[in-house]
Amino acid sequence: MFERIREKLGILADAAKYDVSCSSSGSNRKNENKGLGDAEGTGICHTYTEDGRCVSLLKILLTNHCIFDCAFCVSRRSNDIKRAAFTVDEVVELTMNFYRRNYIEGLFLSSGIFKNADYTMERLVRIVKKLRNEERFNGYIHLKTIPGASEELLKEAGLYADRMSINLEMPTESGLKLLAPDKSHEDVKKPLEYIRQNIEQLSNEKALIKSVPKFVPAGQSTQMVIGATPESDKEIMHTANAFYKNFSLKRVYYSGYIPISDDSRLPVIGSQPPLIRENRLYQTDWLMRFYGFDVKEILNDAHPNLDVDIDPKLSWALRNLEQFPVDVNTADYHMILRVPGIGVGSALKIVQARKFGRLYKDQLKKIGLSFNKAKHFIRYADSPLQLRDYEAGHIKGVILAESSSKYLKTAKNQLSLF
Amino acid sequence: MDIYVFDGTLEGLLTAVFECYKRKSEAVKLVSTLHYVPDVFKEAFTVVSDDLKAKRVWGGLAKKLDAVWMQSIFKSFLSEQPATFQDLFEFIRYIIDNPAGAEANFGNKYVLEVSQMSQKVHREKHRMEAFIRFQKTGDGIFYAHIDPDFNVLPLLIKHFKNRYADQKWIIYDLRRKYGLFYDLDKVEEITFDFTTEMSPSLNALPQAVLDPTEELYATLWKDYFRSVNIPARKNMKLHIRHVPKRYWKYLSEKQE
Repeated sequence: MFERIREKLGILADAAKYDVSCSSSGSNRKNENKGLGDAEGTGICHTYTEDGRCVSLLKILLTNHCIFDCAFCVSRRSNDIKRAAFTVDEVVELTMNFYRRNYIEGLFLSSGIFKNADYTMERLVRIVKKLRNEERFNGYIHLKTIPGASEELLKEAGLYADRMSINLEMPTESGLKLLAPDKSHEDVKKPLEYIRQNIEQLSNEKALIKSVPKFVPAGQSTQMVIGATPESDKEIMHTANAFYKNFSLKRVYYSGYIPISDDSRLPVIGSQPPLIRENRLYQTDWLMRFYGFDVKEILNDAHPNLDVDIDPKLSWALRNLEQFPVDVNTADYHMILRVPGIGVGSALKIVQARKFGRLYKDQLKKIGLSFNKAKHFIRYADSPLQLRDYEAGHIKGVILAESSSKYLKTAKNQLSLF
Repeated sequence: MDIYVFDGTLEGLLTAVFECYKRKSEAVKLVSTLHYVPDVFKEAFTVVSDDLKAKRVWGGLAKKLDAVWMQSIFKSFLSEQPATFQDLFEFIRYIIDNPAGAEANFGNKYVLEVSQMSQKVHREKHRMEAFIRFQKTGDGIFYAHIDPDFNVLPLLIKHFKNRYADQKWIIYDLRRKYGLFYDLDKVEEITFDFTTEMSPSLNALPQAVLDPTEELYATLWKDYFRSVNIPARKNMKLHIRHVPKRYWKYLSEKQE
């Protein structure tokens, strides 16, 4: 019994790990029934794997049996791997016992598709229902939407889950068709839209009637695999932007493709996953969501790919030097946010502090902005007299020479090849 | 420069502020009894903690600061750092001496110091919420001991009480020798006599007192932790930034 459950957990956790979302924030489910768990507020990362990713949820598949044969997926039908399936009770017991020991914030439950979409979705719903109703579990539940499942089942699932997600898989329809001929972006858009409508409708009703039940309180997310197909960064981020806007998504995740197949359509096994690129895409995502940038400012026809050696905010600033320097003592908050080396926290502190007097270099440094980077783009009370304007290449060289980049030991002024 | 010696409590610190206005002291060096080294050439004033005086200062602050800032004062205080006692003292005087809204002046040294220290303490609290690993004992109590950099137990009560409402639990601070016990109804402060016998390594209750299922779930958790790793993405620098090595002792999944 002991060994069997260990083996199952090994197989079904291993198969689930390529879904990168591990967020446990954004819900408002309180422990009001003296049960177990509380999913209110900011999430908690209970540990980190050696690749530096957060472990917040027990992330497992119900089963890795699957009727589909998507080339990029470990659980694809034609892949010769060990298969396993949990029972409903096993998932419930694992979740409750892990949660009680403070190992996790909750459950991330996905599944391969066995028999058909509804059959699979119905099993997933049965698990979350049991956790909520019988075990009085109020921890976080992230539930995968199975493409093609009926609206009745999706609606029921939404009453118990905190977040639901369904993956786009590839950033473009053509990329997806190449690797997963049975799938399409339409299959993803339909349930995303259905759940979005229900969230909106119930929140409107909630404004009038207090007893309206919670429905996916932490919203929806999706994921795209990066680097398996030849899309440009522009294509990726414009797709992400459209999904944020059209479906009110809470998050889009970018997952650098890790070669797991010797399919000739895909990068060969052993090639490095595109980690720098993934990092740059997340930075762009942040600029869009928290820094007031429009995706077209960062990625457009003239500039379809992100720089590898510098971050997208610095890259944008160097291409738009005419907008700098920005005087931190007078400039608008939104412009201060655009300065490389100044984050949301420091920008807020600057606009509050300057009401009490002009800010000097020492104060700016203490407030916590990355001064060596920012100094090229700002003016402050005691900034040195600058006799001439420097050009972009020069500033970039100085910043790269001074910084110990995560990725580059020596500054490279070479063009990237992709 | 006047030297004030206080007893190291928040009440004492607030009383010191009261006294400094009453005695019309200009510059004050605030030292806790624990850190005070008598100086032959200079006499120190001993602050006697007084509930009423402390409450007046606290009440006055509450009129000018919002709940988040009041909590920040408490959090910085829990850092137990001698320099922070002085920073808090100066910060409180700054707030009292200036019109409402002065706490937004992040250009002021003491505003920034108090705000940054409260962040640090908050981060330690958050780490405890993340890294505590309970072990279930034979009598159904979920037990964990900790050794945090700052005195964060008072900040943990609400989080753990809300979350683990249906199980008894104990969190014990080995360094400060007191703990919290939740009995399904309320949280109480407790002390043990036998902490010296307890292994300082964490997650190490003796097998004999554990629930029979404890080993199963501890093993499954370790298995799970290994399974979710993606070796092709290994990045130890990032890993250690998220989980600094001094916290590894808490993590059952990190033990052999």
